[in-house]
Amino acid sequence: MILLQLFLSFLQIGVFSFGGGYAAMPLIQNQVVELHHWLTISEFTDLITISQMTPGPIAINSATFVGIKIAGIPGAIIATLGCILPSCLIVTVIAWLYLKFRQMESLQSVLNVLRPAVVALIASAGLTIIMTAFFGELGIAVETLKIQMVVIFVICLFLLMKWKMNPIFVMVLAGLLNVLQYFLIQPLL
Amino acid sequence: MSKKKLVTLFLSTLSLSAFTFGGGYVIVTLMRKKFVSEYHWIDEDEMLDLIAIAQSSPGAIAVNGAIVVGYKLAGIAGVIISVIATIIPPFVVISFISFCYEIFRTNIIIALMLEGMQAGVGAVIAAVVFEMAAGIIHEKNIFSLFIMLSSFFLTYFFNINVIYIIFICIVIGLIKTFLWKGCVKS
Repeated sequence: MILLQLFLSFLQIGVFSFGGGYAAMPLIQNQVVELHHWLTISEFTDLITISQMTPGPIAINSATFVGIKIAGIPGAIIATLGCILPSCLIVTVIAWLYLKFRQMESLQSVLNVLRPAVVALIASAGLTIIMTAFFGELGIAVETLKIQMVVIFVICLFLLMKWKMNPIFVMVLAGLLNVLQYFLIQPLL
Repeated sequence: MSKKKLVTLFLSTLSLSAFTFGGGYVIVTLMRKKFVSEYHWIDEDEMLDLIAIAQSSPGAIAVNGAIVVGYKLAGIAGVIISVIATIIPPFVVISFISFCYEIFRTNIIIALMLEGMQAGVGAVIAAVVFEMAAGIIHEKNIFSLFIMLSSFFLTYFFNINVIYIIFICIVIGLIKTFLWKGCVKS
């Protein structure tokens, strides 16, 4: 039963993630965190972090990670299959049609409408991640705000936007800054 | 396609997948380098169209790229071979990490690292979103802006399921295509 649920969830992620990169993130968050509670939002953020630092698409990494956590290796295989099955069918048919008719305007035009929506969905999922980083999972309130996380976030954003630094490097730096402040600054407070 | 070529297809997609950090757009560029410039299995124009298909279809771009290249080179057998080669590396790496994750998480230093990295990944996503949104705003297309803003409000503040929003956009896109085609014909 749980295997079937995993399969169906990742099948939906496979069908509805358009646009590559982070596009699958809001869908995965929706299925895995909000609908099925297989991961907490912190675990989900760890998963995105790990995905950034390892090879492979976020969707495949999530399928493997969630599958193993919920139902071991069989879970990981089933979830991964669910995730790639729609692509295998849809893309093969499109590739076949293309090689036969060489026409793909409607596909591009649908993507043009989807692109702004995908940006918005990534923004929404990203904002949830940022809020969790700032306030933890207890909810948004003045007393739960972790100032050090806001400072690290601002430093990282500056390094990324202004100096175009490598994202993997910036993330590792963020981790190191948090370790440093814990041992150097926290004891002083 | 000969057996030897299938083995080459398997090994090259496997190595591309194992050593590509940084998302689907990177991997399709490397695929083009390998299959167009190095092996001359696919010509340049066709490869560009195949990449466009990989990018505009649902699913991960890396997987879609493997499917189009595999299909072009060896039909269904090519699809199966290149997809398996593409998912093996992330599958193995993430399986290994998942088994260590629980142990990792209880270590104070690693827990602090991961906590700090949550702010870091938040910044990475924010930077990507700013860049993508700037691209959309730059187009000065009222329709795109409307889609972007309304999708954001619907998901973030009203918790509308992401799938409904994508589905509605696909329908709008299809209607637009057919209306446009109708206009051009008449």
